[in-house]
Amino acid sequence: MSAIVPPPSRVWWKQPLDRVEGTWIVIAFVWCLIMFFMMPYWHVYGKQNLSNEAYRTTPEWHTQKTQAMVDKYKVREETDQKIPVVHPPAGSDVYLIARLWQWWPMIELEEGKTYRLHLASMDWLHGFSLQPENINIEVHPNYEHVVTVTPTRAGTYSIICNEYCGINHHTMASRLYVVKSK
Amino acid sequence: MAVNRMFRICPSTGLVYHEPAEKLMRWNAVAGVVSLLVGGVLALLIILTRWQAVHLLPPDWFYLVLTAHGLDMLVFWIIFFEIAVLYFCASTLLRCRLAAPGMAWAAFWLMIVGALVNNVAVFRGDSSVMFTSYVPMGAHPAFYLGLILFAVGALIACFVFFGTLVVGKAEKTYNGSVPLVTFGAVTAAIIAVFTIASGAIILIPTFLWSLGLVNYMDSLMYRTVWWAFGHSSQQINVAAHVSVWYAIAAIVFGAKPMSERVSRTAFLLYIFFLQLASAHHLLADPGLTSNWKIFNTSYAMYLAVLASMVHGLTVPGAIEVAQREKGFNKGLFEWLRKAPWGNPVFVAMFLSLIGFGFLGGISGVMMGTEQLNLIIHNTIYVPGHFHATVVVGTTLAFMGLTYFLIPTLFRRELMFPTMAKWQPYLFGLGMMGFALFMMGAGTLGVPRRHWDISFAGNALPHEFPGTAWLMMSLMAICGLAAIVGGAMYLLITVGSVFLGKKITTPGFAHVRAKDGVAPTTKPVEVAFEAHGTNIGTAGFVAPGTLVLALVFLVAFVLYYFVNWKYLSTVWPLS
Repeated sequence: MSAIVPPPSRVWWKQPLDRVEGTWIVIAFVWCLIMFFMMPYWHVYGKQNLSNEAYRTTPEWHTQKTQAMVDKYKVREETDQKIPVVHPPAGSDVYLIARLWQWWPMIELEEGKTYRLHLASMDWLHGFSLQPENINIEVHPNYEHVVTVTPTRAGTYSIICNEYCGINHHTMASRLYVVKSK
Repeated sequence: MAVNRMFRICPSTGLVYHEPAEKLMRWNAVAGVVSLLVGGVLALLIILTRWQAVHLLPPDWFYLVLTAHGLDMLVFWIIFFEIAVLYFCASTLLRCRLAAPGMAWAAFWLMIVGALVNNVAVFRGDSSVMFTSYVPMGAHPAFYLGLILFAVGALIACFVFFGTLVVGKAEKTYNGSVPLVTFGAVTAAIIAVFTIASGAIILIPTFLWSLGLVNYMDSLMYRTVWWAFGHSSQQINVAAHVSVWYAIAAIVFGAKPMSERVSRTAFLLYIFFLQLASAHHLLADPGLTSNWKIFNTSYAMYLAVLASMVHGLTVPGAIEVAQREKGFNKGLFEWLRKAPWGNPVFVAMFLSLIGFGFLGGISGVMMGTEQLNLIIHNTIYVPGHFHATVVVGTTLAFMGLTYFLIPTLFRRELMFPTMAKWQPYLFGLGMMGFALFMMGAGTLGVPRRHWDISFAGNALPHEFPGTAWLMMSLMAICGLAAIVGGAMYLLITVGSVFLGKKITTPGFAHVRAKDGVAPTTKPVEVAFEAHGTNIGTAGFVAPGTLVLALVFLVAFVLYYFVNWKYLSTVWPLS
């Protein structure tokens, strides 16, 4: 029983490295380096990187910007709650409000176009989860996260909440439409 | 104040128990097992709710039970048991008296009171804020107060542990360096101090905020500091269960570390780098730069991952060497085939090692990668990962240790030995399946902490693919198997400890420390034994383990790049 008693030799740190261990340490370390360099590599050559652009904001400011966008680009209303659907022009700033327990408004984007999506919460933490694409971003109150996004396939997508936000968390779901560009 | 120096020597293992330390180990272990019982009942309710075909609990109860399950398992069960392990590694392995048993009892009762206060707050129903209790969602002040009391107790216990190391050194109860297992426990305790300090930094202001004395808590600040507590506490578990692996390898096989230097350096890497890993909870958050995320989540170039990969090799490697020296030297895997597959102590430890590495380790590194996190953040993949690390890794290792401790620490014969033989298989394999299917469902986008993925009655429901539903059902079935395995563990443990046949030794009497116990071995300068002059193949003493490690590496590399491939198909983001 040796791992549970003091090492038999007092200068245990001078014991030469075993070949099995030495080989494995080299292999494992090289693999660790590869994994490390994958992240900066993807920032240069990859297309999916989460934006570093974020600002301090307030619920009032974010509501005001969102309302202005809705007033300008609303194309229709959906559901009994008359949630507006907006179709902002390509390249523009798109605002999305996360609040208990709703995403507001609904957004319609064009395939292959790039948008600046502004995310902020009005109250607690929420989780922006775009399905079935499976893009997941944390949404904070008082922080405005600007994510540049380019939808690649037309279709109807869901935005669900995947950060627990209280008793009706599981009802927080909305749509995002991607249409073929005209 | 008189110092209690009463010791006893366990007749079957030769381990030395200091009387007050022994009692503290027992009580802490029992408190842990009681928490496990409560958490296990809650786990059953959660499984039966997330299995949509049953959908047992209403939403308010589901979120309440999920909060309580997280706390009772991840905090109370594991930390109570870890305190017992710390006292064992200090007092028993160093053959010395426990420093300040009175303080240790104060710590124990503080932890008990903290755990009760916290549980009462949750079960009152106004603190269903989950284990993470992210602000600005608030809980009842008692919720935070309970956690703070518990943490203070745990901190005192850590200092009793450190004090015991000092006592052992001062009273010369051992020679040279502390045993490797104790060294691992020191690692765990050092990480624990850092962890608890972070917890205090965030939970005390949150407690004051819940009382109305602080008027604003920033959600990003909370998440950043909270995870320095929340994730680091899992690193205590890693250090603790790796120590338990080494201990079990030594107990069952008489295995000695392949090299003390490598194993101890690997533990040291944990202290230096594991805490940085807390940052990988913040990869999908605004307001932090990519540089910060990459440096921290790679644990500064994955040096802590390297440490785990080293332990993952050296533990089975030490077993292989010990087995080969016993004569099981044929081929690559005779040592493994001839391992005691009917001994629950070994089986629990070995499944813990495999599950922790293959499922918990690989998935953890994958999702801790800055960009890859985008496709799994807050999906049910995350609990899939940590059930593989904390349940298969830590809990199963602790279960294995329990089977060893019942005869030696509690002096009772193990009840239901046949059931004990099967328990680690059922629990371990059930839990692995459970974790694996959760990860599968998470890859398909199923969210964690979610009462109803059918979105029934919702105006804008999302329809998950059929495969996701299938994964969730398979998860539930595997989960139920693990629950049965957990119940077996509780039955065996509680049965043995309270009703098991007492082990009595004729002429047993406690002896004073100075009257013969702890005969310190003379400091002898032994030459390094080059183990394996005639074992192994091709100059490798543990070729089988190296092959297993390479299989692990191939699985790791493939899975890692499959996820990059998957990421490359989602919408471009910048």
